[in-house]
Amino acid sequence: MAKQKNRRMEKLKKELKSNKLALFAFIFLSLIILASIFAFLSPYSPNTVNVGKVLQQPSGSHLFGTDELGRDYLTRALYGGRISLTVGILAMAISTCIGVLVGTVSGYFGGKVDNLLMRIVDIISSIPWMILVTVISIFLTPGLKAIILVIGLFTWMGTARLVRAETLSIKEREYVLYAKASGQSFWKIIFKHIIPGALPTFIVASTVSIANAILMESALSFLGLGVQQPLSSWGSMLQTAQGNLGSAPYMAILPGLLIVLTVYSFNKLGDVLRVIVEPKTGK
Amino acid sequence: MAKYILKRILQAIPMLIIISIICFSLMQMAPYDAIDSMTTPNMSQKTIELIKAKYGLDHPAYIQYFDWMKGILHGDFGYSLVTHQSISEDLISRIPNTIVLVLPAYVLALILAIILGLIAGANRGKLLDKIIDGFSSIGIAIPSFWLAMIFIFIFGYKMGLFPILGMHTIGMEGSTSDFFHHLFLPCVVLTIAFLPELIRYVRSSTIGQLSEDYVMVQEAYGSSGTAILFKHVLRNALLPLVTIVGMSLPMLVTGAFVTETVFGWPGIGPYFVKAIQGFDYPVVMAIMLFSASLVILGNLISDILYCIIDPRIKEMR
Repeated sequence: MAKQKNRRMEKLKKELKSNKLALFAFIFLSLIILASIFAFLSPYSPNTVNVGKVLQQPSGSHLFGTDELGRDYLTRALYGGRISLTVGILAMAISTCIGVLVGTVSGYFGGKVDNLLMRIVDIISSIPWMILVTVISIFLTPGLKAIILVIGLFTWMGTARLVRAETLSIKEREYVLYAKASGQSFWKIIFKHIIPGALPTFIVASTVSIANAILMESALSFLGLGVQQPLSSWGSMLQTAQGNLGSAPYMAILPGLLIVLTVYSFNKLGDVLRVIVEPKTGK
Repeated sequence: MAKYILKRILQAIPMLIIISIICFSLMQMAPYDAIDSMTTPNMSQKTIELIKAKYGLDHPAYIQYFDWMKGILHGDFGYSLVTHQSISEDLISRIPNTIVLVLPAYVLALILAIILGLIAGANRGKLLDKIIDGFSSIGIAIPSFWLAMIFIFIFGYKMGLFPILGMHTIGMEGSTSDFFHHLFLPCVVLTIAFLPELIRYVRSSTIGQLSEDYVMVQEAYGSSGTAILFKHVLRNALLPLVTIVGMSLPMLVTGAFVTETVFGWPGIGPYFVKAIQGFDYPVVMAIMLFSASLVILGNLISDILYCIIDPRIKEMR
């Protein structure tokens, strides 16, 4: 196992060296995560209103200008990144947990259980996500928790299908058959044999689902259905920017670029991981 | 084949029924309902009872469900809580606006994707492929509303080339050129939004086909690369595209929610967003039911088409 891990680490290093875009994605993600964690080091507060400095163009003291309430825009964007990344990561965690659970149970038991669970997956997937997520969100008090929950609870179907397929093949392997024959409990087989076997599959799936969750959150917040004031995410910053597009176009640039680069980097990271865990897709 | 098609249709019906039950239950569970929108606090209990009886709201939930379903089967989705207008009429007046925007954008994106995807797939790993594939991976990461804002700023505010809101200039509702003028920007934004995933699909399908045995045989016979690509690979690579096109049926209605909202296009998108913000449940549920039906119908059509095109599929399931 340790040897295999080393080989994977070496592959990762090689891939990062040869693939410049992957290296960029890796560095960008590290930077943006660090920047949003250490956003408090900024000399400006994200919430202090300064009426004298409303809608200032980018300058030496405010690198990306100020917003409609005179707050430093770069600082706001970093705090916004905190919210966007939190939503992305927590929603991914929820959806991966549900997806893995449903996928393994469905694939392992087969038969009626499988049929029932997969029909539920079919039904939930047949409602367009935008509609499903907004409809559920009117039943919850809008805010950060609600948005994480709705995105997490209704985007696990893809992961469940992937993990189910993987489980179907793993459960026929000899070590699982042996574990079964030697009378190990169901949960032990799932956690000790099936989930570790399917791990590569859902790690790849989860980097992509962070990217998707960030995109969903930004679209919802942009429509005013997501994160509410005084919190702001990149999406809700763009919503404000839309109102000031004529007078302060610079406000639309920064959050938008951050969304594009972050989503691109997570997707790229997924591609790199896929090459590493599935040797077949490598060139 | 007829048997397979029949089986698929029979599978689709229970799903539609379950989704309608989910929609109806959500509407019932909602904290504010039809009766609250029709009454005022100073109405007497008796008046409220009368109003309830008039609209059938005094019946138990399952009877109300059957009434609701009966209405929908006759094309009557009930009334909005906010405007008290017929939802069916609202939908009928708005859906064509959405289709007129989404359909050209989708067709354009499909044609471009076929061309670019084939080029990329045939030149796998070369510069051209890297450019096209790079464009699609960046394109997937761009939120459509941001692209729309950038376009509005550059072509609307800065250059003043195109109008930025709505479908017509006030007073010029009959003018076709005015309509196309308004259509241009949102249509381009949507095309760019649809493009990346379609390109990826055509590209990977082309790459898959190029590694098939028949390509090697043709090469052995001395056919040129372009001849193989256009005579053999093109046909086989595009067949699976039929499924994607079938599955995009619901896009005609829900594909442009955000873009429509940014451009103030009077389609389904802004109607839905307004209904959500106003807690107008009957409208929300009508759109939810409608779009879910389209998804199921789209999957059904794509399965049937695929089965007609490629009979091997039926045996695999």
